[in-house]
Amino acid sequence: MVDLSFVRKDIVPQRAAPLSEAGIVGWFRKNMFSDIPNTILTIIVLYFIISVLSSILPWVFSPTWYSGSLTECRSILAELGRDGHGGGGACWGVIRERWLQLLFGFYPSELYWRPILAFFLLGLALAPVLFEGASRKLLYLTAVYPFLCFWLIWGGSIWFPITVFAGFIIAYVGFVYVNKIAGSLSGVIASIVLPLIWWLFIVSPLSTMLFSILPIGSEAIDSDRLGGFMLAVLIGVTGIALSLPIGILLALGRQSDLPILKGVCVCFIEFIRGVPLITLLFVASTLLNIFLPPGSNFDLILRVMIMVTLFASAYMAEVVRGGLAALPKGQYEAADSLGLDYWKAQRLIIMPQALKISIPGIVSTFIGLFKDTTLVSIIGLLDPLGLSTNIRADMAWNGILWELYGFVGFIFFIFCFSMSRYSMYLERRLATGH
Amino acid sequence: MANAKKQLEVSDEVAIQITKMNKWFGSFHVLRDIDLKVNRGERIVIAGPSGSGKSTLIRCINALEEHQEGLITVDGTVLSSDLKNIDTIRSEVGMCFQHFNLFPHLTILENCMLAPVWVRKVPQKEAMETAMHFLEKVKIPEQANKYPGQLSGGQQQRVAIARSLCMKPRIMLFDEPTSALDPEMIKEVLDTMVQLAEDGMTMLVVTHEMGFAREVANRVIFMDEGQIIEQNEPEQFFDNPQNDRTKLFLSQILGH
Ligand SMILES: Nc1ncnc2c1ncn2[C@@H]1O[C@H](COP(=O)(O)OP(=O)(O)OP(=O)(O)O)[C@@H](O)[C@H]1O
Ligand SMILES: [Mg+2]
Repeated sequence: MVDLSFVRKDIVPQRAAPLSEAGIVGWFRKNMFSDIPNTILTIIVLYFIISVLSSILPWVFSPTWYSGSLTECRSILAELGRDGHGGGGACWGVIRERWLQLLFGFYPSELYWRPILAFFLLGLALAPVLFEGASRKLLYLTAVYPFLCFWLIWGGSIWFPITVFAGFIIAYVGFVYVNKIAGSLSGVIASIVLPLIWWLFIVSPLSTMLFSILPIGSEAIDSDRLGGFMLAVLIGVTGIALSLPIGILLALGRQSDLPILKGVCVCFIEFIRGVPLITLLFVASTLLNIFLPPGSNFDLILRVMIMVTLFASAYMAEVVRGGLAALPKGQYEAADSLGLDYWKAQRLIIMPQALKISIPGIVSTFIGLFKDTTLVSIIGLLDPLGLSTNIRADMAWNGILWELYGFVGFIFFIFCFSMSRYSMYLERRLATGH
Repeated sequence: MANAKKQLEVSDEVAIQITKMNKWFGSFHVLRDIDLKVNRGERIVIAGPSGSGKSTLIRCINALEEHQEGLITVDGTVLSSDLKNIDTIRSEVGMCFQHFNLFPHLTILENCMLAPVWVRKVPQKEAMETAMHFLEKVKIPEQANKYPGQLSGGQQQRVAIARSLCMKPRIMLFDEPTSALDPEMIKEVLDTMVQLAEDGMTMLVVTHEMGFAREVANRVIFMDEGQIIEQNEPEQFFDNPQNDRTKLFLSQILGH
C-alpha cells in the first residue's frame, strides 16, 4: 500500500535564486553559451560582427573633414599610406561643405532662423498630442501651427495665412449656428460650403486689401528654393498629420450602411492603393495643371503634399479598418445600449481601441510615407536625394557616393527610429492589462 | 428569500407593451406573433432552448435589433425607426450582456461615468458620486480605479450592472448574465440581481438559472421556435407545465 496522505508541517521560506540564474555571468551562460550549438553560433556571429566592424570603422574614421574636393581627399589618404581609390577611407569634406544645403536646400542662408524656429515650434506643437505630461495650453499653438509654419517658411504677407485660418473659424461658427436653426445635416453642409466659398473667392482679394492697408509681412521665399531635409520633413509631417484623420474617415465610410458613401470610399481606397506613388506625383507635377483653371498658380510643393497625403490616407484607411475589425461586436452593442450616438460611440469607445490595436500598422505607414518623400526628387524637387545628385554633378565631388547617401540614410534612420520608439512607448502607456 | 418575494409589488402601470411583433433575419422568421405586456415592477424570466429567439426578443426591446412588423411601446414611447425615439428608449432601458462588454480601455469608474456624462450631460462630479454609489451597491467600490481586464468575471458582470444603473434606467434587460461565469461567481451576480428586484426594478432576464426564476421571478416565459409557448407564475410553471415542449425542456434542464 502507498501512503497517500500528506500534511505539510513547516512552510518553505523564500531563497535567492542560484547564481547561474541571476547576474551578468548567469545571463551570458544561459543565453549565449547554454550548449555546444549555441556556443558555436555565438562564436560565428561574433566573428562576423568583428570582421564587418573592422573593415567599416577605419573607413568611417578618416581624417578628411577639411578637404575641399574628392581629389584632395584621395591625396590625404594616399599620404597616410591608405588605399587612395575610395576604399581607404571616407571623404567627409563633402558633408562639411554641403550639410547646410542638405538640410535647407537653397533657402537664403541669412533666413535659416525661420525654418529652424518652425522646427522647434513643431516640437512644441506636437508635445501635447504626443505626451500626456505636456501642458494642455500648448494645444492652442498646435491649432495655429500649420499657418504659422507656412508663414515662417514661405514668408510674404501675414494676412494670407490669417485669412485662410479664418476659414476654419467660419466653418465652426457656421456649423454651430446652422445646426441650431436647421438641424445637424444642414449644419455639416454649411460647415463645408461656407469656408469653401470663403477660400475660393474672398481670401485672395481680402488678404491683398488688408496688406495694402497694413503691410505686415516678411521676405517671401520661392518654392523652388526649398529643399533638403526641410522639404522632406515639411511633406512628411503634413502627410502624417492629415493622413490619419482622413484615413479614419475613409475606414468608417467603408464600413457604412449607406451604399453610395461606402462605394465612394472603396473606389478611392482601391484606386489610390492600386497606383504607384510616382504616377500620382507625375499627375501632381504635370497633369494637374491641365485641370486647374488657367492662370491659377497652385504651388508644386502644395500639390505634392496633397498627393502624398491622399496616398498615405488610403493605406491608413485599411490599417484602421483592420483595427475596427478586431473589435468585438459587443463593444458597439454596449455603446448603443447606453444611448451613445454614432459619433460619440466612435470617439469614446470604438476609435480609442481600434487605433490602439492599429498602432504598429499606423506607425509603419508613417515611416513608409516619410521615406517615400524621397520620391519627389524624380519630379525635380530638391529633397535630400535630389540634392545628392546635384552635389555629385559638381566637379569637385564628382564620383562621391557612400558618404553622401550614408549621411542622408543616417538622418532618415534617426527620424524613423524615433517614430518606432515612440510607438512602443505609446503601446506601453496605453496597455490596460488584458 | 421567498418571503421577500411576496412583498414585491407589481403596479398596474404598463412598462413594456409588445403587440403582434414579427421579425425576420433575411428569410428566417425568428420571432412570430409575439404579444407581451410587462407591468412596472415585474421580474420576468425568459427560458427556452438554444436558438429559440430569447436574445433576439429582448434585443428588440432596446432596438439593438429592428423588428419588421408589430408594435413595441416602452414607457409610452413607440419604438419606430426615428432615431430620437430610439435614443430616448435606450437611455431608459439598461442592458447586461453575457460577455459583460465593459470598455477595456477605461477604468471601472470611467466605464460607469461615460454614459451619464456624455448622454445625460450630468456634471462630472455628480456622475462620479452616482458611479461610486452604484459600485458600492454591487459591492466593489475598491476596484473603481482598476481596468476591466484586471477583474474576475463575476466582478466584471457586477460592474456592467452598475454601469447600466448609472443611467438610472426604469427597465433592465439581462441576456444570460451568468452563463459565461464560473460556478463560484454566479452567486455574487445573482445576489446583485435579487437586490435589484427588491428595489423594485422592472426586469426581463434570459437565463438558465431556474433557482433564480423560482425565487425572484413573478412570471416565467417559455419560448421555442420564435414563439411564446407558455407563461405562468413560477410555481405553476415548474410544478405543473401544460405544453409538451415545456415539459420536455424542463425535464432536460432539471433532469440531472
Ligand atoms: N444576426 C443574425 N443574423 C441571422 N440569424 C441570426 C442572427 N442572430 C441570431 N440569428 C438566428 O436567430 C435565431 C435566434 O437567435 P437567438 O440568439 O435569439 O437565440 P437564443 O434563444 O438567444 O439562443 P441562445 O440560448 O443560444 O442564446 C437563431 O437560430 C440564430 O441562428
Ligand atoms: Mg442568446
